Amino acid sequence: MTALATKVRLLILVALSAITLSGCATSGNPKDPIEGFNRAMFAFNEGLDTLVIKPVATGYDAALPAPIQLGVSNFFGNISDLFVGVNNLLQGKVSDGLGDFGRVAINSTIGLLGVFDLASEMGIEKHNEDFGQTFGRWGVGDGAYVVLPVFGPRTVRDTFGLVLDVKTDPVGNMDHVPTRNAASALRLINDRANALSADRVIDEAALDKYSYIRGAYLQRRRNLIYDGQAPRDFDED
Amino acid sequence: MKFIVGLITFFVLSVAALAQEVAPDALIRSVTDEVLEIVRTDKDLKSGNTRKALELVDTRVLPHFNFTRMTQLALGREWRKASPAQQKLLTDEFRELLVRTYSKALTEYKNQTIAYKPFSLKSGEVDVKVRTEIRQPSGGKPIELDYYLEKKGNDWKVYDIEVGGISLVMNYRDTFASEVSSGGIDGLVKTLQAKNRAGDTAATKK
Repeated sequence: MTALATKVRLLILVALSAITLSGCATSGNPKDPIEGFNRAMFAFNEGLDTLVIKPVATGYDAALPAPIQLGVSNFFGNISDLFVGVNNLLQGKVSDGLGDFGRVAINSTIGLLGVFDLASEMGIEKHNEDFGQTFGRWGVGDGAYVVLPVFGPRTVRDTFGLVLDVKTDPVGNMDHVPTRNAASALRLINDRANALSADRVIDEAALDKYSYIRGAYLQRRRNLIYDGQAPRDFDED
Repeated sequence: MKFIVGLITFFVLSVAALAQEVAPDALIRSVTDEVLEIVRTDKDLKSGNTRKALELVDTRVLPHFNFTRMTQLALGREWRKASPAQQKLLTDEFRELLVRTYSKALTEYKNQTIAYKPFSLKSGEVDVKVRTEIRQPSGGKPIELDYYLEKKGNDWKVYDIEVGGISLVMNYRDTFASEVSSGGIDGLVKTLQAKNRAGDTAATKK
């Protein structure tokens, strides 16, 4: 564990010196005015991932059979559905929001505390919402792109959204600290394990992983705010 | 009597097939089904042999793509700065990168199914979006997978794919623009070549 701590400390040092050295190496993307800082933070997150998170997630993925991983995903998915519903209501999507609450009611009971997503099988659709999307729906512009330590890519608007997401997160707000920490860690590792496959494809695709992820994040968020109906802008010249 | 009905049906169907070009949604459906069928049954592919996936993509999928248009889209305004010879080079290298990525995605396939969303072609339309979604065998939220096609002569050609709202072509625009601004068109060609050669060595190692 101490060796790990040393490695992480070294990583922070490298990241900090990268910030000072790179100054503001920008490729001129107007959405990314602090690219120098962001790239350093991105390198830090990648380093943390390579050293700690990814190896644990890979082990987890290899050790646990798919149905168990699915149960874990469903369990945390059910917990998050509560505030997905709240956000749908805040965006005025009443029937979606009520659907989300219905999902929680069904899955928490006959779905055995959320381990089985029976609501989806019954045709009650799962949604993807958070406070950042709610702000976007309300007309708040996304602002600059920023890479946060550990949390990764956000925009300024989504960073404010993230603060509320964290504040309202039922897992992170549990009173029993050891349970809270164990559950948060399990969720993190399970999420990372789910992303392993996509990660391998991105490595194959990206010339510059930083700008690939940046583009993907910005496009994805725009799509989510429009609930998959974002107008397309090709501007060929 | 049955024989005659069969014969008539056969003729009607073949005439219909001749007279009518394949509709864009039908094209996506038949190519997807064909590729997934092979991926499902092929042991080599499942064990991560990309060479086989590459061949599969080459013969079944590529004829239905318009790579020149894709490269042009990914380059945006930089496209015009390239000479016809450079445009050809860029297209070839970008094509290889996309094929590699697509093949890699195929080797990650784990029994997902594709559901097709309702599609109707209005007469005279030459630019359409065919919407599908990837359903995870394990449940979870489906991922949108949309194809953009344009009509070229009698054929429909794919010029972009969107996964969860992320355009695989447009996502290169930033990188390409910054490559061109630092090393010119030739710089971008070199970067693409280096990436593809690196992929080559990785594939042979396996």
